Amino acid sequence: MRFAFTDDQLALRDAVRHLLAAECPPEVVRAAWPAPDADGQGPGAGARAEPGCLDALWGHLADMGVLGLLVPEADGGMGFDEVAAAVVLAETGFAAVPMPVVEAMCVVAPLTRDAAPARGLVGWGAMALDGGRVDGALTRFGSSVDPDDRAFERAALGTAAQLIGLGRRMLELTVAYVTERHQFGVPIGSFQAVKHHLADARLALEFAAPAVWRAASSLTNNEATAQRDVSMAKAMAGDAAQLVGRKALQCHGGIGYTVEYDLHLYLKRTWALEQLWGNSAWHRRRVATAIGL
Amino acid sequence: MDLTWSAVEQAFRAEARGWLVENLAAWRDAHGGAEAIPSGDTRAGFAIHLDWERRLFDAGWAVVSWPEAYGGREASLWEWLLFEQEYYAAGCPPRVTQNGIFLLAPSLFAFANDTQRDHILPRMAAGEDTWCQGWSEPDAGSDLASLTTRATRTDGGWVLDGQKTWTTRGAFCTHLFGLFRTDPEAERHRGLTYLLVPLDTPGVTVRGFGRLDGDEGFAEVFFEDAFLADDALPGGVTLGEEGQGWKVAMSTTSSERGLTLRSPGRFLATADRLIATWQALPDEVRTERAALGERITKAWMRAEAYQLQTLQTVTTTVEGGSVGAESSLVKLWWSELDIELHECAMELLATGALLEGRWSKGYQFSLSGPIYAGTNEVQRNVVAERVLGLPRSGAGK
Repeated sequence: MRFAFTDDQLALRDAVRHLLAAECPPEVVRAAWPAPDADGQGPGAGARAEPGCLDALWGHLADMGVLGLLVPEADGGMGFDEVAAAVVLAETGFAAVPMPVVEAMCVVAPLTRDAAPARGLVGWGAMALDGGRVDGALTRFGSSVDPDDRAFERAALGTAAQLIGLGRRMLELTVAYVTERHQFGVPIGSFQAVKHHLADARLALEFAAPAVWRAASSLTNNEATAQRDVSMAKAMAGDAAQLVGRKALQCHGGIGYTVEYDLHLYLKRTWALEQLWGNSAWHRRRVATAIGL
Repeated sequence: MDLTWSAVEQAFRAEARGWLVENLAAWRDAHGGAEAIPSGDTRAGFAIHLDWERRLFDAGWAVVSWPEAYGGREASLWEWLLFEQEYYAAGCPPRVTQNGIFLLAPSLFAFANDTQRDHILPRMAAGEDTWCQGWSEPDAGSDLASLTTRATRTDGGWVLDGQKTWTTRGAFCTHLFGLFRTDPEAERHRGLTYLLVPLDTPGVTVRGFGRLDGDEGFAEVFFEDAFLADDALPGGVTLGEEGQGWKVAMSTTSSERGLTLRSPGRFLATADRLIATWQALPDEVRTERAALGERITKAWMRAEAYQLQTLQTVTTTVEGGSVGAESSLVKLWWSELDIELHECAMELLATGALLEGRWSKGYQFSLSGPIYAGTNEVQRNVVAERVLGLPRSGAGK
């Protein structure tokens, strides 16, 4: 028994984290939103990124081998397993990478046993960038995959891992904000009401994350409980990220309800991912069936 | 990540299961059957449960992780976890020795001298001496460091004055471990000393009183000019240095909040029992109550997640890491999960859940979870300040 990542997995995680910190800051996430209309209005208002930054980001992920992570080495991939995939996808969630990384890494590349076609997704990915369109495009894509297929399980797992990352990001943003923001002469994070919101957020993430890592392990080892475990992971990660999002928005007050501030980038991605590859309610029903309820 | 048990661990688990199932039945038979045995938190039930503890001890299952010299079998932390799982899956009763073996013992291993350990630990494991916790006072609950029960140094011992309360099973126990103010001049957390007190010390009076769930589980303990001799226990009555009581006590709180007091096995067993109760309902009732079925699924996942988070924590521990304020997250999780599991059952059984029935009794007990071992409000403050790093209340004023 050892419930922890290997040094290799942690090194991979750190490399991806490092890459995304440099190549996927909030302004790059923002660049994926539609440009402002003639009056300067719209969710993309305030995009500050360099043109082409999204293509560059996708290229970096492909070059690092992230997109072909699950493809065998003999076929030009990295030959990693689902545990490594989950660890990496939590990082892409944390950065809110505005591209179909899960779909490329968990579905297309392993199904085609080819790391290269995943690169071809870049055009398709660029098409499906804002929250609403990502939702639509990927739901259609998702529905074409047989739910019994391993690819579906991998995608649900990967999405769960991204939700954990998003939850961590929103919590981190909020902790920083409530420490800095003063009212009544003190940081608002010193008030018990605020503390308890964020303690609840941390609590949900603390117990949802191990469910995701366990599901990754079950899938890697073809355990008989793999489907149940993936569903538990998706349901718990979805619920946890939704809860963190609500707490984050509340603790930010008015600033969190603007498009200038970054929180909405992570919040809306959370809403979209919650619905993808089976939402929490769908996955809970699958768990219920598995445990004989 | 390797989520499999080794052959040695599986053999340990099978042996534990075999012994527990067989001997639980024998113990119940010896006392008139499962239904006839009162709660261990009543006077009559306490004695019967000490007989169960004796059976565990004689077979080496009372304190599996302890050294053999003290009655254990030197089981690893992993095996301890498996033992707990099997213990509750078999339907074994709550441990009436728990405040000794789970709360005092970790502090003894860390701070006691050899004479104290050799005397206290085996007697505690066998249930010959039974220990209760003397921390809270009428005016010192969440603000434990404001406690005022005095221990004054005198020739050959201490003179104790004051009152402890909420002392679980205090009316039935033989000994109390507690915090006493030995230096009234020192500031709050300083000036406290951890003392071990035989409850038959002259000047000590114990009064039991009823809990909401009907058991005489609580006690208040009065100290009136009570002389506690230094040699009342072999090796002395002070645990750790004089004035270091807070530090010694805090080593116990992380055990209390963390995994030792309420291991996942307990909640997994309750969740399984809840599912079995649901499955026993007719199909049409289950269809009609689908929303409750979804709630039960969520509760099962929470119990399962507690197990997984514990595997993570134990891995950290066996690899030399330590768990600090994160134990507050664990206490929040199990205490709120326990209520949810029992609320589901109460709703499921509706009027069938009699006030004195097993689920109802369990429900009433579960409601104490967010209160004891540090209220959940205090735990949320700990998570916010020491896990998330938020400023302490009043900061910046």
